[in-house]
Amino acid sequence: MIPAAFDYTAPSTVEEAVGALAEAGEDAKVLGGGQSLLPVLRMRLAAPTTLIDLGKVAELRGVREDGGALVIGAMTTHYDVQRDPLVQQHAALLARATDTVADPQVRHRGTFGGSIAHADPAGDLLAPALAMDTEMVIAGQGGRRTVAAADFFVDYFTTALEPDELLVEVRVPKHTGWHAHYEKFNRVAQAWSIVAVAATVRVEGTSIAEARVGLTNMAATPVRAHAVENALVGAPATPEAIRAAAAHAAEGTSPTSDGNADADYRQHLARTLTGRAVTAAVSG
Amino acid sequence: MMTATIEPEVGKARRRKEDARLITGRTRWTDNIVLPGMLHMAILRSPVAHARITSIDTSQARGMSGVEAVVTGADIAEAQGSLPCAWPITDDMKSPPAPSLAVHTVKFAGEAVAAVVARSKAEAQDALEAIEVDYAELPVVLDMAEAVADGARLTHEDLGTNASATWKFDSAEAGTGGDVEQAIADGEVVVHRTFRQQRLIPAFMEPRSVVVDPTGEQLTMWSATQIPHILRLMLAMTLGVAEHKIRVIAPDVGGGFGGKLQVTPEEVIAFLVARKLGKPVKYTETRSESLQAAHHGRDQIQKLTMAARRDGTITGLKVELLADMGAYLRLVTPGVPILGAFMFNAIYKIPAYHFACTNVFTNKTPTDAYRGAGRPEATFAIERMMDELAVELGMEPLEVREKNWIKHEEFPYTTVSTLTYDSGNYEAATAKAKDLFGYDALRAEQAERRAKNDPVQLGIGISTFTEMCGLAPSRVLGSLSYGAGGWEHAAVRMLPTGKVEVVTGSSPHGQGHETAWSQIVADQLGVPFEDVEILHGDTQSSHKGMDTYGSRSLTVGAMAVLKAGHKVIDKARTIAAHMMECAPDDVEFEAGKFTVRGTDSSVGIQDVALAVFAAHDLPDGVEPSLDSEATFDPENFSFPHGTHLCATEVDTETGQVRIRSYVCVDDIGAVINPLIVEGQVHGGLAQGIAQALFEEAVHDESGTLTTGTLVDYLVPSAADLPSFTTGLTETRATSNELGVKGVGEAGTIASTPAVVNAVVDAVRHLGVADIEMPCTPMRVWQAIHGGAR
Repeated sequence: MIPAAFDYTAPSTVEEAVGALAEAGEDAKVLGGGQSLLPVLRMRLAAPTTLIDLGKVAELRGVREDGGALVIGAMTTHYDVQRDPLVQQHAALLARATDTVADPQVRHRGTFGGSIAHADPAGDLLAPALAMDTEMVIAGQGGRRTVAAADFFVDYFTTALEPDELLVEVRVPKHTGWHAHYEKFNRVAQAWSIVAVAATVRVEGTSIAEARVGLTNMAATPVRAHAVENALVGAPATPEAIRAAAAHAAEGTSPTSDGNADADYRQHLARTLTGRAVTAAVSG
Repeated sequence: MMTATIEPEVGKARRRKEDARLITGRTRWTDNIVLPGMLHMAILRSPVAHARITSIDTSQARGMSGVEAVVTGADIAEAQGSLPCAWPITDDMKSPPAPSLAVHTVKFAGEAVAAVVARSKAEAQDALEAIEVDYAELPVVLDMAEAVADGARLTHEDLGTNASATWKFDSAEAGTGGDVEQAIADGEVVVHRTFRQQRLIPAFMEPRSVVVDPTGEQLTMWSATQIPHILRLMLAMTLGVAEHKIRVIAPDVGGGFGGKLQVTPEEVIAFLVARKLGKPVKYTETRSESLQAAHHGRDQIQKLTMAARRDGTITGLKVELLADMGAYLRLVTPGVPILGAFMFNAIYKIPAYHFACTNVFTNKTPTDAYRGAGRPEATFAIERMMDELAVELGMEPLEVREKNWIKHEEFPYTTVSTLTYDSGNYEAATAKAKDLFGYDALRAEQAERRAKNDPVQLGIGISTFTEMCGLAPSRVLGSLSYGAGGWEHAAVRMLPTGKVEVVTGSSPHGQGHETAWSQIVADQLGVPFEDVEILHGDTQSSHKGMDTYGSRSLTVGAMAVLKAGHKVIDKARTIAAHMMECAPDDVEFEAGKFTVRGTDSSVGIQDVALAVFAAHDLPDGVEPSLDSEATFDPENFSFPHGTHLCATEVDTETGQVRIRSYVCVDDIGAVINPLIVEGQVHGGLAQGIAQALFEEAVHDESGTLTTGTLVDYLVPSAADLPSFTTGLTETRATSNELGVKGVGEAGTIASTPAVVNAVVDAVRHLGVADIEMPCTPMRVWQAIHGGAR
């Protein structure tokens, strides 16, 4: 299919991009890797007047260290995130979740920031972003601001970004030495998650010292499984203790029902998969 | 003179010569064709499943940039006629008029309502959005069982019913067996089951595409179709255009699976619009259009009753079907379930059999042939029933099958449904499959996992299937009221340099005809493989054909090629004898060479070709040509069979199913090219497994297809499938010269019940007797935990 006609601009700096966005008004769309936006345009489910392509903004690509955090440029592709040694070392959960995104073609085109800003609750990178207490760095006409992940995801496909703002970086607190696992449940390899669980833990001796658990597709936004985390902290790293903690996973969730799974089944999956994710993380 | 040993081509695992161009796409796909002055068509489709069209306003669209024409149903109401249905299964079958562009009403979501023709595809798309259609929505008919109940809402008010036809076969009436009701009454064991064949979408890789060029004496249509010959005939008959004024070309076609065995609304609309404008027009559907509007497959409710003795001997089988036609009858829609009527008895000796099928209209996309067409449905049902009977009797499922199947020494065997199976060896295929599978070890592991209540349970599924291929003896088709014969045509022509052109009426769309036919002809004529070219798919070069479906190409199409080749050899023999100054009866032909018996005097067939071209010294009355044509009408179907064994691991905590191993041993008779066979089996298995576990066309309560993209309609990829273990046994068909049976549908037909049987077997001890297809994790989990809906 062919999208409706639109104006196209490809700025080369964040400043230019923000300017273009302000100028284009509410009907503009920002083009990252295009993996979500282009199908929508081609099916004519959206017809923006202007596309602002961030592909030429070099400063938005790459991963760097900044004290206790990693800073990931919004236009860093999934492939580059997956392979980045800093991510591997300090944000294993993000690396593991990124491994499961779609297929190699999508991972070479799609971007980390694009996924976050698109805010599809079935997207695999939102739950890790939430679980790891990341911060979103947002640029607008008036300068930059930072929003915590917990405040960033507002609703289905809706974030704290204003129409004239751009997600430029994600700051990921280092989780050095933490074990991680992303347990994804779907029906075919390339499909979206029906439910997935992002778990990362810090083990001291034989017990769990700290735990972060995020859930994919269990509500209109990614969900933090605080009750599970609380139950895990201080618990022995045994299957029994983990299973007991995982029983809390569906608390506070409000999953949708669709052809693949109704809400009850999703809540059951959340509990089962949380147990598996934490167990795998602990032994990983 | 040294005799060179020529290695036979038949049996060689040659890589397909057509693959380089097909895989790279550097070929004539229909959408690649660009003609001078060509216009682009886009089609507006109904968003609702049932409505009266109260108004269509095209005025704004007509004025838009690049737009050459906007056409509605009213504009072509007369000219478009009714899309053809070639299979009136009963004299009183109800078949409503089927417009290409809806005129007064729409009967399914996705039905074509208007067409825009513009200078570019983008302009056509833009103008589409400017057309205003008002729909007065009508109640929708979606559920087959409700549709045939008293007082049901109607898909077509004029017909007064949603039932199109009811077709019956009864062995007592036919004199082929006993009375099934009596068998049920007397049955020591009677098993009742109802299965649902979900609606599927063929999902071929290349979307449907058509280019029509009305300039010139003949109107030329390129179409991504399986049936260029039938399409030409049907266009002529439907549109009242002289047949000789239409040329149809199926260039390279990227898959079909029955989905391109159709005369489509889009072809008719493009034809009419191009002719009206006097300019070439191209239409290529989007993937979403393909999923929504190209014909769907399967969709049956199957009610089965099986009677048996306590020792496992089946005494009767009763089959009652509802088959969803969708909104209209397309080319062979009504006949698809009827093809299954001959296959429910499968490989088994069933003394009493009754089959009845009611075809039902609903407000959904029309259904029609999809890989296997009727036979997968029947095979699924009977193979599921064999497992259910085994459970009922406490017998090993393979033992129940063996007790009832036709023994090797009993062939040829005429079944209760009137077919004569020429050959088969179910014992051999089953023994080999069991061996490759490690059947006994897996059964032991299953028992162990059950005993320790393992969260991951193991299931073993069996399918000892057969099918009918080689559609079809024309007389049989006639007896089933089909509108055409089942023969195939071919021509073999030797060029002056000894190279060979073969024209086949069977039209490939991925099967590998060019390679397989070249191997066969190379052996027959004794010429190098490289010296043979296969021409197909163009009614100008291949004037006659019945095209490709029903695993008929090799068993019927290649026989026509061989028949034509024999004529060429016979004629060349006469000329060779003349050249060597002897009688034709004294000339032997072997490996491309004519030799005077008992001498070393010889001439090659390729040299004969040059002599024929020169024509300086031919026998009296012999025409200077080395070309022949032949038409082959098979006397019987062919009956591939095999034993498929599947082991599944079912995660009882989530319902997730993983196929751990899949073994199939197919008996397809003689093998022309093992590599092509392997490919057909793998692809077939993928499609059959897809029905068992993944694919389902789902409509919401308003009749909208909710699986309208490949995100929701789950076509599995290699990553979702196991590594298959394939094997062959070879019991030759006796009904054709090569002993071949056909392999295009075997994997699809056999695999679905093997997988579902395995899933059910894994959790049977937890109280599960059936799981509806596709066996999604949620359905499996709910079945285990009693929450099934």
